[in-house]
Amino acid sequence: MRTQNNKAWFFVLPVLLLVAFNALIPMMTVVNYSVQETFGNNVFFWEGLRWFEELLNSDRFHAALGRQFLFTGLILLIEVPLGIIIALSMPRKGPWVPVCLVLMALPMLIPWNVVGAMWNIFTLPDIGLLGYLMNTTLGIEYDMTQSPFAAWATIITMDVWHWTSLVVLLSYAGLVSIPDAYYQAAKIDGASPFKVFRYIQLPKMKQVLTIAILLRFMDSFNIYTEVFVLTGGGPGNSTTLLSIDLVKIALGQFDLGPAAAMSLIYFAITLLVSWLFYTLMTKDDAK
Amino acid sequence: MKKRSLIPILYIAFLMLPIYWLVAMSFKTTNEILSGFSLFPQSFTLENYVTIFTDPTWYWGYINSIIYVSLNTVISLAVALPAAYAFSRYRFLGDKTLFFWLLTNRMAPAAVFALPFFQLYSAVELFDTHIAVALAHCLFNIPLAVWILEGFMSGVPKELDETAYVDGYSFPRFFTTIFLPSIKAGVGVAAFFCFMFSWVELLLAKTLTSVEAKPIAATMTRTASSAGYELGLLAAAGTLTIIPGAIVIYFVRNYIAKGFALGRV
Repeated sequence: MRTQNNKAWFFVLPVLLLVAFNALIPMMTVVNYSVQETFGNNVFFWEGLRWFEELLNSDRFHAALGRQFLFTGLILLIEVPLGIIIALSMPRKGPWVPVCLVLMALPMLIPWNVVGAMWNIFTLPDIGLLGYLMNTTLGIEYDMTQSPFAAWATIITMDVWHWTSLVVLLSYAGLVSIPDAYYQAAKIDGASPFKVFRYIQLPKMKQVLTIAILLRFMDSFNIYTEVFVLTGGGPGNSTTLLSIDLVKIALGQFDLGPAAAMSLIYFAITLLVSWLFYTLMTKDDAK
Repeated sequence: MKKRSLIPILYIAFLMLPIYWLVAMSFKTTNEILSGFSLFPQSFTLENYVTIFTDPTWYWGYINSIIYVSLNTVISLAVALPAAYAFSRYRFLGDKTLFFWLLTNRMAPAAVFALPFFQLYSAVELFDTHIAVALAHCLFNIPLAVWILEGFMSGVPKELDETAYVDGYSFPRFFTTIFLPSIKAGVGVAAFFCFMFSWVELLLAKTLTSVEAKPIAATMTRTASSAGYELGLLAAAGTLTIIPGAIVIYFVRNYIAKGFALGRV
C-alpha cells in the first residue's frame, strides 16, 4: 500500500521541469502560431480560428488523414495477429530463446532513416534483392516510384518488418509468465488448443497486448522518417501520410499558421484515439 | 525439431533478408552495384569502410551520435529514478494526473515539435550542441524511463524500505546500496530503451544540429543527396549504425521480453 506524502513532489520535480521545458514551451509556440498569419520579418497578424476552419474543410487534409488511418489500421490488423502467432509458436525455454529474441529485436534498433534507406536498396527494381526477384525472376512488374499500389505494399511490408517484433516480445513476455500448472490443468480437462488460447493464454496476454496496441497505434500514427526516406510521399501524393504533409507545409512552404493549426489537430486526434483505445481495453478490469 | 518452430525461423529469415542485402551492398564496389544484380559481392572490397573511417565528416557523425545518446541516457535515468520511486511508493497530490500527462508526451508527433524546438534551443543558445539533442530526446525518454522503472520498483516489496529505515539507513544510503541493486534489471532495461529511442530518432536530432553535433544518420542523408548515388558508401554507413544497437541488446538479452512488457508481467 502506498502512503500519502506530498513531499514526494520533490522527487518528481526534476522530471517535471525537464519535460515541461520540452513540452510546454514548444506547445505554446505552436498555439501562438496557429492563430496568426506571418509574412516573415517577425510581423504577425491575428487570424483567430481561420486556419482551423480552413484546415477542417480542406480536401488535402481529409485525404492525408484518410491515408493515415488506412495505414495505421492495416498495420494494426497485420502486426497484432501475426505477432501473437509468432509468440505462440516460440519455444518457452532453452538456449535458442535469447538468440531468437535478440535477432527479432534487431530491426527496432536501426535508426529510422537507415530503415528507409535499407528498404530502398532492397527494393530497387533492377539491383535490389526484392526488386530483382519480383521483376526478373517472377516477372511481376514492381516499381514503387511508378505504382501507388507497389508503394503502399512496400511501406506496409517495411513497417511489418520493423515493428512486428514489438508485439512478439510483449506477447511472449505475457506467455512465459503463465505457470505450467495452468497447462496441466487444461490437459486434464481435455481442453482443445483453441480453448487453451482463449481462456488461458489470451487473458494473460491482455495487459501486455494493451501496451503493444497503444504503442503501435501512437508510433504508426506519428510515422515520418521511414516512409519519407523510402517514398518521399509519392508517387504523386499516394503515400503522403499526415506527418509528411505537415512537414511539407511547415518547412517546405513555410506556412507556419496552417502548419501549427494542423499540428494541434493532429496531436488532439492522437490523444483522443489513444484514450479511446485505453478506456475500451481496460474497461473490464475496472469492474 | 517440431513443426511449429518453423514459424519463428521463417519470421527471422524475413527479418534478416533486408539486413543481409544492406551488408552485402556495403562490400561491393560502385561499378559492381551499377553493372547489375549479384547475390554475393563479386569483387569484395573494404573501400567503403575505409572511406568512412578516414573521413572526419563521416566518423565524427558516429562520435556525435554516441555522445548525445549517452548524455540522454544518463540524464533520463538520473531524473527518472527518484520520480519512479515517488510514483511507486507514495500517493501525493495530483500523482495520477501527472503520470498521465508524462505519458501523453510519448504520443506527440516529432514532426509537430520540430520547428518550435529549433526556435527554443536557438533562443537559449544551445543550437548545434550535443546537450541540445540530449535534452530534446528527454521529452519522450523520461516518461518511458519513469514508466519502466515504476513497473520494476513496484515489484519490490515495501517491507524492504521499512526494514532498512528501522536498521538506521538514511534514505540516500538505502537507495544506492540496497534499493538500486535490487532493481538492477529494471535500470538496465530503462537504459536500453533510452539508448534505443535516442539512437533511432532522427527528425529532432537533425533539426537541432548543423555541423558540430551532426548525427551520423543526418550525414548519411546529406551525403546521399549531395554526392550523387554512392550506394556502397551509404550501405556501409547504414551497416555501422546497426552495430551499437546489436551490442547493447546483447547485454540485456535475458531481460528484453520482461523489459518490453515494461516490467508489468
